[in-house]
Amino acid sequence: MPGFEFHGLTASFNGERVIGPLSLHIQEGEHVALVGKSGAGKSTLITLMYEQMQRQAALVPQALGLVNALPVFHNVFMGRLDRHSAWYNAWSLVRPFAKDREAVAALLDELDMPRKQWTPAASLSGGQRQRVAIARAIYRQASILLADEPVSALDGPMAHQVMSMLVNRYDTSVIALHDVDMARTYCDRIIGLQDGQVALDEPASQVDPRAIMALY
Amino acid sequence: MFSYPVVRTSFLFLAIALAGLLVADIAITTSDPWQDLGRFFLGVATPNFFSTEGLATALLRTVSFAFVGVALGSFFGFLLSLVYHSLPVRVFCAFIRAIHELFWALIFLQFFGFHPLTGVLAIAIPYAGIFAKVYSEILEEADPEPARLLPPGTGTLSRFLFARIPDSWAQIRTYTAYRLECGLRSSAILGFVGMPTLGFYLEASFSQGLYSDAGAMLILFYVLIATLPLWVRPKLVPLYVAASPFFLGDGLPIVWGNVARFFTEDIVPAPLRNGEGMTELSAWFGDLMVNEALPGIWNTVVLTQIALVATGILSLLAFPLISRHFGGPVRRTSGHVLLVIARSTPEYILAYILLQLWGPSMLPAVVALALHNGGIIGHLIGQQTNKVQLRPDAPVGFARYSWELLPRIYRPFLAFLFYRWEIIMRETAILGILGIYTLGFYVDSAIQNIRFDRAMMLILITALLNIGVDALGRYIRRRLALQTMPTC
Repeated sequence: MPGFEFHGLTASFNGERVIGPLSLHIQEGEHVALVGKSGAGKSTLITLMYEQMQRQAALVPQALGLVNALPVFHNVFMGRLDRHSAWYNAWSLVRPFAKDREAVAALLDELDMPRKQWTPAASLSGGQRQRVAIARAIYRQASILLADEPVSALDGPMAHQVMSMLVNRYDTSVIALHDVDMARTYCDRIIGLQDGQVALDEPASQVDPRAIMALY
Repeated sequence: MFSYPVVRTSFLFLAIALAGLLVADIAITTSDPWQDLGRFFLGVATPNFFSTEGLATALLRTVSFAFVGVALGSFFGFLLSLVYHSLPVRVFCAFIRAIHELFWALIFLQFFGFHPLTGVLAIAIPYAGIFAKVYSEILEEADPEPARLLPPGTGTLSRFLFARIPDSWAQIRTYTAYRLECGLRSSAILGFVGMPTLGFYLEASFSQGLYSDAGAMLILFYVLIATLPLWVRPKLVPLYVAASPFFLGDGLPIVWGNVARFFTEDIVPAPLRNGEGMTELSAWFGDLMVNEALPGIWNTVVLTQIALVATGILSLLAFPLISRHFGGPVRRTSGHVLLVIARSTPEYILAYILLQLWGPSMLPAVVALALHNGGIIGHLIGQQTNKVQLRPDAPVGFARYSWELLPRIYRPFLAFLFYRWEIIMRETAILGILGIYTLGFYVDSAIQNIRFDRAMMLILITALLNIGVDALGRYIRRRLALQTMPTC
């Protein structure tokens, strides 16, 4: 069966188990929302999945992981450093190639950030920084997207625009969301976490809102 | 009060320094020191900028040696910082930076002679050791998250260029620029061992009593350092680095036979060279230890401890000069000028001047070390007090100093002081060249007697002593939980 298999995901903090042990099967073509109250272990689970895939996924962590001293272009370009030679990358640091510039510019246009390509990441607003991390993940073109609250700093319409872009650009994704409506609109399957265990796992179309509320 | 470890440590060091004063040779031996001092200040007040055409050349050479030396040191230090996690590299770097620039110069002089390479390497080698350490610390502090997010197939170089360098670049640049200022001081004092830089002309003017010429040189040197931010622009740096090798002067050609002889014969301990046995070798070593190394170590340690505490006291007295919590703008501006002069003058030049005026003893050395290092630390903690917000009804005057500010800056102050402990010891050893009986005196005498085997052994011992004090300083800073940034 094609898809992504995760086994024995566990994490402990100060000797106390905060996640698992749990196993997940994510089918190809499936968009999975991780919901649960803060502290339930959503971020930890995303990190565990990323490490178990040996980083062969596109990740949007909550802290974003931008290089503040570099402009937006380079932060996005970093998503594909593995596709080029060291010389190509080193040259791009000084003088990016036209085709990369165009690809990144198109992506930024779609994210409503035109003319921000050469702004240092340090001088962007919170919402703009989040979109740069998303652009990097989309540019990466991995087989699966792992995202931890990717639209938390975006306002209503922009959050929807970005969410639909994410599920359009990635066939398969696991996205931690605190907004339950957003989860039901954009994802096919909802996994509810409680105390580090799966408390709910149902198709988004069939999930009972009361079952979700019980998680909080 | 004595229940605080910081206070107990301070008083322990104070007691050691007072005990040191009892055994130290502190005296003014010249017949009329104040008259000489007066003539010197008169010289500074009436500078003669047009005495020799040598002055402009000396300045140019000073700047060129600094640029080439610091650039090479920075380049190789950077390469070393990439492999700094390996223990042999760390030990190697600790060793090359424990040897003072002037000692390196004295070594290279023996086989390269008065060739520009001598001066360049004398700066580049110890600086590479320091750059390696500081660069590796800066690179380690870079945010690890971007590197974690890179696609797994990313090459090491690309990973480094994108996820590590940009985050550290600003700090690397700031530190390198700061080191350039240190490099100018190092370059200037290389003149005292014969390089064509400022020190050479300063010594010449002094020995002839031409105080106005000496004053002109000192003033130009201060102006050079004070205006660094104006003429060292990021865009101009590549130009300076590319041009400076052409302004080092010619010196004398290298005799390569001397180089080979130095390494294969001169520095081999005499008994081994003459094919004698182990008994002679141990007798040679015993004689060296008893007659030169141990007296040298003793004097170096005593002088270091006195100078360390004198530096501390002077720093605490000096910082109000630039603190916005005391006095008005006029006082603070003159305070800034005073501290800039104190910290821009290399301790070697200060010690040289004071020795000329007061005669040989430990006193000129202590005063020189305290003035220079006190100027640096006073400036740094003075700046820190400027970030302190006092409540509107805070006391004024001495109560403000002792109750509000001193407790706030005492820990950073101690951190800087213990950081500079090793630097003060390195300088103390080198001041021996001027005739104070520290390790440098015995190194210099051995070289003058053409006993390079002894000189090398003594330099080795000096390096080990510095490494030991550095380790002790770091241990104390860790024990007292004191943190600081590197200074030079």
